[in-house]
Amino acid sequence: MSEIWVVMLVLGVLTFAIRLSFTVLFGRWQPPEIIERGLRYVPVAVLTAIFLPELLLQDGAFSFSLANPRLIAGLAAVLVAWRTKNAVWTIALGMAVFLLLGLI
Amino acid sequence: MDRQTPALSPAREFLNGIKAELPILLGVTPFGMIYGVLALSAGFRPFDAQAMSSVVFAGSSQFMLVQMVELGTPAIMMILTGFVVNLRHALYSASLAPSLRHLSPLWKFILSYLLTDEAYAVTIMRYREPDEVGNKHWHLLGSGLALWTCWQLSTAAGIFLGAQVPPSWGLDFTLALTFIALAVPAIDDRHALLSALSAGAIALLAYNLPYKLGLFAAAIVGISVGIWSERR
Repeated sequence: MSEIWVVMLVLGVLTFAIRLSFTVLFGRWQPPEIIERGLRYVPVAVLTAIFLPELLLQDGAFSFSLANPRLIAGLAAVLVAWRTKNAVWTIALGMAVFLLLGLI
Repeated sequence: MDRQTPALSPAREFLNGIKAELPILLGVTPFGMIYGVLALSAGFRPFDAQAMSSVVFAGSSQFMLVQMVELGTPAIMMILTGFVVNLRHALYSASLAPSLRHLSPLWKFILSYLLTDEAYAVTIMRYREPDEVGNKHWHLLGSGLALWTCWQLSTAAGIFLGAQVPPSWGLDFTLALTFIALAVPAIDDRHALLSALSAGAIALLAYNLPYKLGLFAAAIVGISVGIWSERR
């Protein structure tokens, strides 16, 4: 078996185990009230932590410059998402801005 | 006093789950295609590239894996990095666990396999609606299967189209846009805003930590700030 299959299978099992963790493996665990409150912030905290670096990274370094097309397109998308709460508009307009800036 | 509205039928929840996921697929499809393209150019056989999309089924870790294969990274480091990147799913699992408690082990296994960022994000909004839990797990099944199908097909399209989709177009940027579309509407009060801002700041500051530990650190800080903001 090639090395990539070993990596794939081990990571597949580990990822499935992570996803099963609290629903099955610790299924009887009753979190304290403060943790239950905190879990409300999982979507906003995790998703923001993923997308923000993606907007700023340019050639391996962070760029806060207005010449960074990802940053401009990302800010436009944040604005659209905030005003419309519409995923199609957010993604489509964000990509349109990004591609247009690439042409300039 | 209002009576509780009756629970929706399983079929209704399932279809609503698919419907809620559809707009998100607009951003996932190009990302899946780019994954397929990059996997081939990193030397994956088409079958292996496709298999990874159902064996691992976690986009950002697949992306990273492909890049690490190209750099000749040792297997153990690839596994460790993929593991840490996917550790955020434990938070999704914990946040859904109370709502899934009544389900059979088979249901939990299937829903856990389908527990991606995108399916979780749309379904947790459904669970937050005030009507009874009822058949909401069918919503997760619908959104999860919609995303799974899209991920397999877009991977296949990327493998098929190969070099005709130049990575220089930056189509992988659609993933960031997808996450913006999921995260920003979920920020519904001051506490959530502070949570998102602090998680984002830590994600930047800790970006260079080994094995992508910065993402998990950012999530924990963001959650803690949310709690702190409420209690203040």
